[in-house]
Order: sequence, then structure tokens, then C-alpha cells
Amino acid sequence: MKPRQQRMLAVGLAAVGVLIATALTLRAFEENMMFYIEIADVAEGKVPQDRNFRVGGLVVENSVKRVPGELELEFTLTDLNEELVVLYSGILPDLFREGQGIIAHGRLNDDGDFVADTVLAKHDENYMPPEVADSLARHAPDKAADAEQ
Amino acid sequence: MIAEIGHFALILALSLAICQGVLPLLGAHRNDQSLMAVARPAALGQFVFVIVAFACLSWSFLNSDFSVKYVADHSQLALPAIYKFSAVWGAHEGSLLLWIVILSAWTIAVSRYSQELPEAFGARVIGVLGLLSCGFLLFTLLTSNPFERLIPAPLDGADLNPLLQDPGLAIHPPILYIGYVGFSVAFAFAIAAMLSGHLDQAWARWTRPWTTWSWLFLTVGIALGSWWAYYELGWGGWWFWDPVENASFMPWLAGTALIHSLAVTEKRGLFKSWTLLLAITAFSLSLLGTFLVRSGILISVHAFATDPARGLFILTFLGIVIGGALALYAWRAPALDSAAGFRPLSRETFLLLNNVLLVIATTLVLAGTLAPLLIEVLDAGKISVGPPWFEVAFAIPMIPLLFLVGLGMHTAWRTQALQPLLRQLKVPAVIALLVGGLLPGLVYGRFGVLVTVGAIAAFWVMSVALIQPIRSLRRAKGTPGITRAAFGMSVAHFGVGLFTLGVTIVSAFTVEADLSLSPGQKVEVAGYEFELRSLKNLQGPNYQALEGEIDISKDGVFIGQLRPQKRTYLVQQSPMTEAGIMASWNRDLFVALGDPLGNDAWSVRLQYKPMIRLIWLGALVMALGGIIAASDRRYRVNATARQKAAVPSGEPA
Repeated sequence: MKPRQQRMLAVGLAAVGVLIATALTLRAFEENMMFYIEIADVAEGKVPQDRNFRVGGLVVENSVKRVPGELELEFTLTDLNEELVVLYSGILPDLFREGQGIIAHGRLNDDGDFVADTVLAKHDENYMPPEVADSLARHAPDKAADAEQ
Repeated sequence: MIAEIGHFALILALSLAICQGVLPLLGAHRNDQSLMAVARPAALGQFVFVIVAFACLSWSFLNSDFSVKYVADHSQLALPAIYKFSAVWGAHEGSLLLWIVILSAWTIAVSRYSQELPEAFGARVIGVLGLLSCGFLLFTLLTSNPFERLIPAPLDGADLNPLLQDPGLAIHPPILYIGYVGFSVAFAFAIAAMLSGHLDQAWARWTRPWTTWSWLFLTVGIALGSWWAYYELGWGGWWFWDPVENASFMPWLAGTALIHSLAVTEKRGLFKSWTLLLAITAFSLSLLGTFLVRSGILISVHAFATDPARGLFILTFLGIVIGGALALYAWRAPALDSAAGFRPLSRETFLLLNNVLLVIATTLVLAGTLAPLLIEVLDAGKISVGPPWFEVAFAIPMIPLLFLVGLGMHTAWRTQALQPLLRQLKVPAVIALLVGGLLPGLVYGRFGVLVTVGAIAAFWVMSVALIQPIRSLRRAKGTPGITRAAFGMSVAHFGVGLFTLGVTIVSAFTVEADLSLSPGQKVEVAGYEFELRSLKNLQGPNYQALEGEIDISKDGVFIGQLRPQKRTYLVQQSPMTEAGIMASWNRDLFVALGDPLGNDAWSVRLQYKPMIRLIWLGALVMALGGIIAASDRRYRVNATARQKAAVPSGEPA
């Protein structure tokens, strides 16, 4: 092969490599990107099919129920307007409390309950996840102001 | 009074930083000796006043002076003294001050150890560092003054975030910052080279040790952060691809590329403008990282907007530093490059590939970190990018890089014949395929594609790293042995292999179980029996805790007891999980208490983490390699020799 052909071949191979890598990365990006869905939209059934998404809201007071001695539990999330039942099995984060804002990752089951595989609560007593603060402000502005007190 | 002295010292430091930033640069431009001579004394003066300010803030913390707002917000009377001190850099204002102290210390080191630099060049380097210092001092004084008063003073403070009350996190920020800020030296060298319009191999030789030292501190800093997250965040992960972690990792990746590119610039005088660009990039990413972490933008785009003064200053400063550097680069760099040939099979090619792959990795991490912010700013919804994405995206460039390491290390500069290279690498390749392909399966009883690829890559890197040291040990008497630089490279690459092996084994063979346990109950996880003996309350200096006693035995033989805690810090009323960890060279056993489940039962997380220590050990070995390489003779001897002879010596050893 002439040097020029060699160079063209090298450039061509590099371009193909970059293309494949880009395609793989974008695909992985699409698969792993998780949308935040508001509880109001979940109630209307506007959720991504067959993939995880995130929901957030306040944990309703006295809604945490578990069978004594078992890891499974359920609780209710609210945006102060609509509610969503969340099922979870595992260890809750340190700052999970009733009345606190939390975020959960998971998807809906056939009964329309949210099955969470991850529950997140930030490490700050006064912290309100920004998504949750936004939804609250949108759906119940007066109550949200109270809740942030 | 003390706080006012500190504040005043910061203002004086700013005045000196302005002198240090402006006069030497002007002097170098006009070739005015007296102006250039300002550089070193101004840097020293600035250092003194910065230290005074830092000492004043530390004094305020140690004496619990709650009339200083920053102290009142981040300390409390019952806080142990060591954490009162580490609280100095526990939040935004103080960590900026720490940044300034370290920048000033690096400047002093440069002015002390770079006496042999041409006068104008040294003046420019110190001048650029002075300008950076101006920016940070202005930012601190205008928007984030740690000495702001709070009158009337509260009786007690709001306490340091309990997460930060830990020895690992007390030393993590200083070490990390030494690394971060160290890249400012490489940056200043790059700017000085472009200002002077002159960049030769000596330039690369001066820049290399500084870059290596900051890189190795950054390596240790990141490893400490990962170790801390592992035992303190409570859940046993060692890397979360969290934006804060990515912020420190991006400059590391760019810095690693810079180290390799500098090698080519020093030995062959090539890649000059590329090296300059990497020096600018590494430091820009350090700046970006500091500000990402410190500005609150990561918590929410809106939090950033709530303090417009800080946000605006940050953006302006980033714009000036990065934009200015890139503009200068566009103007000056093309003239600096020199053309010299190299064959496709040569060390240059492999180092080029190394750089391309590392830059791709940096770009991907940057994209993943900033994508959620961008999408939110554009109002296109709210997304998060999870660890699985980063794992895939990062592995794509890294796996080929690991295999290329071995080829690059043993390829000659300029040109390399294929046959001798293959002959050299035959033994390591066989070792890697055999050991890497079989060992994980034989030890842990399971084979898998990722494990095999990871383990082969790890043993490949480790065995090729040993070739040169072994050959040096077996050499004939009287022939020269391996140079420190080459030995350092071998050690650092061996560390990369250890790290890779650790990551591979931990990812594949960790056993993790969340269970319900009540006192007296026994469970088995990964061949170990865990028995919850009892739970009891105890009282710490500023917290209350519930402590579990968990006995661990293997094959019926008792091997130890772990005491995980669930703490409640009294002032902030915040709960914290303190994991119990039993470490040994080949595995960690990790126990954390979850929540009370009723009927005396507690949720407990039990984990078996094989080879996890290799992850941090690998990072330390990389850093050790850096120390060995940076202390190579030629960085000292050649410099002195040149000063005496006043003629640049030729090709370095």
C-alpha cells in the first residue's frame, strides 16, 4: 500500500471507531437516562413504558406501613394534591421521615402502585429535592409554602 | 478582633497579589529587571498574609468564637478539637481560603525551586499565579468572606455536618486541593511559554515534575475521598459517579493525559501545542470542578441563581481564565509547533492514542455530568444520568487503553521494529491470558466475559510493568540500570493494574444482602455466619448511638466482632450510619444497621467485598510511581549543570 492509502485507511478506521463508540454511548445514555415524572402525570398514566423513572414528593404522615420484622414496606407520596402508593423492600436512607421530601426510582406495577428499587433522601434536615419543591409549588402553592416552614 | 485581623490580612494579601500579578508580567514584557524582581518578594509577602488569615480563622474555630458567622454555622462547643480545626474547610468560604493558601504555597515552592529558570520566564510564571490568586481573593472578599460577623453571637453553633466529622474527610480536602491547585503551576508554565513565544524541550523538563507532583496528590486525594465514601456514607459503594466525584476525576483524567503528552514534548519536542492545550484543560477542569462543587449549581440550577453575585463572579472568572488562555493559545500556539517525523509503530503513536482515549473519557464524564444541568436549563425536562451509563461510557475508551499501555511502554521512540517488540511481550501476554483468564474463575468459582476481560487487562498491565525492573535486576555488572523515571513509570503502571484487578473482582463477586435480624438470630452470607448478639445505647461527645454487636464466624470458627452504629447528632438531630468493617488483604466484611422493623428486628446490610483494598492500594502505588518519577536526577542535575554552563544540554538521559 502507498503511504497515502495507508493514511486514508487509518483515518477511515478511526472514523468508524469513533462512530461506533458514539453510537454505543448514545444508546447507553438513552437507556440509562431517567426522567422525573410528576405525581399528577403518574395519576393520569403518563409514564414511560418498560423503563424506570423517578418520582418525588412528600411522604404522607402515618402512611409508612410494614409487617413487623420484615423488610417490605409501603408508604404514600403526595404532591399535596394527588397521591401515589410506593412499595419498597430494603433499607431506607438515614433521612427518610414522614413529612420529608424524597425521590424514588422505579416503575408502576399492574395495580398502579409504584415499585421502587431505590429511595433517596438528602442529607440535610431542611433539604427539599428541587424537583419536589417545583411540583409542590405548581400543584399546591399555598400548602407548599406551609410545608417548607 | 482576631477575625478583623484575618479580614485585613486577606485584603493585604490581595494588594500583594495584584503587585505579583501585574508588575512581573509587565517587567517581562519590557525586559525591566527591577519590575521582574518584584515577583518573588511579593509572592512571599502574599503567602505570609494568607497564612495569617488562615491562622485567624482557625483560632476563631478552636476558640468557638460564634460571633463569626462562618464559625457559628459550622462548629459547636462540644465538637472535638480536631474537627473544629477541619471545620475551617468544611464549607464554601473556608474551603476557598484553603484553596488560596495552597495556591500561595505552590507559588512559594515554584519561586524557591525554579531559581534556574530564565528570569523573564520565572517572572511570568509567578505573575500568572499571582493573577489567579487575585481572582480567588477577590471572590472570597467580595462574595464569600469567612470573617463576616454575626452580632449578637449565638450561645452555641449549628455544628459541623456530621458526615464531615471523620478523620478521612478532615484530610481529604487539603490533599485533593494540593492536587487541584497544583495544575495551576502547569497552567502558569503554559501561559508563560505562550507569552514568551518560546517553547523548547527544557520547558517540558521544568514543567514535568510539577505536573507529576500535583497529579499524584490528586490521585491520593481522590482515593481518600473514595475510601471515605465507602466507610462513612454507610452503604459500601466506593465510587458513585456523583457530580462531586466527577468534578475531581475530570482534572485527573486530563492531568494523566498531560503527563504522557509532556513526556513526548520533553523527549522528542513534539505535541507542543497539544501539551499546552492539555495544561490549560487540566487546570480549567480543576476550576470548573471547584465551582461546580462549591456554587450549589449541582443541587439545583435555581440554587445557583439565588445568589447571583457568586454565580456571576464564578462565570466571569471562568470566562476570563479559560477564554483568555484559549485566546492566547489560538494566537500563539501555532507558531510554537515543530514538525518532526515518527513512524506509525513508535512510542509517539501509543502516547498519542493514550491521549486520545483519555480525552474521550474526560469528555464523556463531562458530558454525563453536565447533561442534566443543560437539559434543565433548556427546560426540556428533568433527567438524571445514572452510574450504569458512566460505567459503560468509561469502559469504552479505558479497556483499549489498558491493552495499549503494555505496547507503548516497550516501544522505542521514533520507530520500532515489530518482531523484537512481539518477542519481548510474548511472556507477559501468556501470563496475562493464563492467570487473568483462569484465576478469577478458580478462586471465586464463576467465569464471565467482563471478569475475564478485566482480569486479563489487569495482569497484562502488571506483568508488562515488571519487565523493565526485572531486566534491570538481572543486568550485567557495570551496565546502567533502570532510570528513576522509567522505574517510576513501571511502578505507576503496576498500580493501574492492581486498581483494575480490584475493580474487576469487586464488581463481579461482591455479595450483598439486606436482611432482617433480631438479637440472637444468625444468617450466612458468602460463607460467613453473622450473628446479631445484642443492641445497646451509648453516648458519644456530641451524639447518641445505638450500637449493634455482630459476631462473625467462618466454618464455625469465631473470627471477630463488628460494632456498627446508628448515630443521632444532637445539635442538628441528624441520623448517621457508621458501618462496621472487618478488613483484610483479600476481602472486606461490611455491616451496616438500617431501621428498626418492629418485633426487636432490625434491617441490616451485610456485604462481602473481595479485593476491594486493591482499589485504594492501586491508587497509592500509582502515586508512589509518581514520586519516584518526579525525583529523577535529570530534573535536578541538568538544571544545575545548565545554570553553570549557560548552554542548554542536549538530549537528556
